[in-house]
Amino acid sequence: MLAKRIIPCLDIKDGQTVKGVNFVNIRNVGDPVELGAEYSRQGADELVFLDITASHEGRKTFVDLVRRIAQNISIPFTVGGGIHELKDVDTLLSAGADKVSINSAAIKNPDLISEVAKNFGSQVCTVAIDAKLEDGEWTCFLNGGRIPTDKKLFSWAKEAQERGAGEILFTSMNHDGVKQGFANDALAVLSESLSIPVIASGGAGTMEHFRDVFAEGKADAALAASIFHFHEIAIPDLKQYLNQQGVPVRLTC
Amino acid sequence: MKVVIVKYNAGNIFSVDYAMRRLGVEAEITGDLERIQSADKVIFPGVGEAETTMKYLKEHRLDEVIKSLKQPTLGICIGMQLMCKYSEEAVSGRVDCLGIFDEAVRLFIPNEQVNKVPHMGWNTIETVNHPLFKGLPEDPYFYYVHSYYATVGENTIATTDYIHPYSAVLHKDNFYATQFHPEKSGELGEIILKNFLDIC
Repeated sequence: MLAKRIIPCLDIKDGQTVKGVNFVNIRNVGDPVELGAEYSRQGADELVFLDITASHEGRKTFVDLVRRIAQNISIPFTVGGGIHELKDVDTLLSAGADKVSINSAAIKNPDLISEVAKNFGSQVCTVAIDAKLEDGEWTCFLNGGRIPTDKKLFSWAKEAQERGAGEILFTSMNHDGVKQGFANDALAVLSESLSIPVIASGGAGTMEHFRDVFAEGKADAALAASIFHFHEIAIPDLKQYLNQQGVPVRLTC
Repeated sequence: MKVVIVKYNAGNIFSVDYAMRRLGVEAEITGDLERIQSADKVIFPGVGEAETTMKYLKEHRLDEVIKSLKQPTLGICIGMQLMCKYSEEAVSGRVDCLGIFDEAVRLFIPNEQVNKVPHMGWNTIETVNHPLFKGLPEDPYFYYVHSYYATVGENTIATTDYIHPYSAVLHKDNFYATQFHPEKSGELGEIILKNFLDIC
C-alpha cells in the first residue's frame, strides 16, 4: 500500500538551515547536509530544501549545496526558492535535485509550470502555494507570504495541475508556526478536487495533528520543520504512532 | 569491475552515479556503444517519456546494443519500461520498445478508491525468492514516481499493488529491471543495487 509521506522541510539561508516562526523569527538549526542525512536515517520519506530568502532578495539557491545533498542522501529531495525560469530548473536538476518547488514564479508566469512539465516531466514539478484564509476565501500570496495576489487557492491549484504540476505543496499561512494542527478542511477539498498528490504544510504541533491531516485532511504527505528540528517529535516515534493509528507509513527502525 | 551507466536523453542518471559511489563503485557514464558493450555491468536508468527516448535510442543505435548485451544489465524506471514490448506512452497510443521483456507498459487509470496518478511515493513489493532480493526485510518499501506501469507476466519477480498489481521487478536471462528507484530508496535500495553488482 502506498505510504503516507513524512517530509521534514529545511529552510535555507546562506547555506544554513533555519526555520521562521510565522515567516519572521529565524533561529539557526544546523548544516543542511548533516541534518538531511540524519532525517534520512530516522526514516523521513523525502526532504524539502527551501531557499527562503531567494525569492525576496533575488538570490539563487546554492547549487553546490544541492550537489552535496544529492551525493550524500539516498532519499528523494525537492529544492525550492529562487527559481524564476527554465534555466534555474535545469541547473538544480543537473545538480541532482529530484524535484523543484515553484511558488512565486509560477503565479507571476504560469507558463513556467507548462514549460517545466514539458521539458523535464510533471514528476519534477511541485507547485507550492502559500495561502491565507480571509473573509471565507483562501487567497494566494507571493514572496514567502508578503504580497497578496488575485489568485484563489482552489482554482489556482486546479490550473497548476492542468498545466502539468506533479504535486501541490499547500501551506496555510493561518496555521503555519502556531502548532494547532493543519488546515484539514481546506486540504480535504483540495485533495478531492485534484488528481495529483497534495502535501500539507503549516500547523504541525503534535503527533495527533499528523493523524488528522491524513485521516481528515486527506493529504498524501505532511511537511513540517521546527517540531522535527527542535526534537519535539522524533520521526521514528511519529511513524510508530501513525502505524498504530492505522495510517499506512514506511517503518524503517 | 567496470560498471557503465548508459547516458541518453533521460533525466536523473546522476543519482544512480552518486548511489554507486556510496557503494564504493566508480561507474562510467557514457553513451559510447563500445564502452557499453565492454562493461562488466550495465545500468540503464532514467526519468523520461517513452516515445522520445525510444527515438533517441534508435537514432544512436543504443536500441540494438542494449538488446544484444550479455552481461548483467539493470533497467530503472523508464529504463525498465523501454525494455518491455511496447508502451502506451506515445502520441499514437503505442510505441514499440526494446522487447527484451514480453510485458506491456500501460497508463494507470484511476478508480474510486485510488484517484491519484502519478503513483508517487513509497510502496511495498511482493517478491518471489530471488538473489536480487537477498537481505530484504518483510514488506520492503521502495520509492516510485510513474504514471505508466508494466503488466504482470512470466518475467515478473516482484509486484506492487497500486490501483491493481503490476510488475515492480522483471528478470529474464541477464536482464533485470525495477520500476522503483533503488538509488532513491534509502538502505533497501542500496541492498538491491549491491545484490545486482554481486550477481556474476
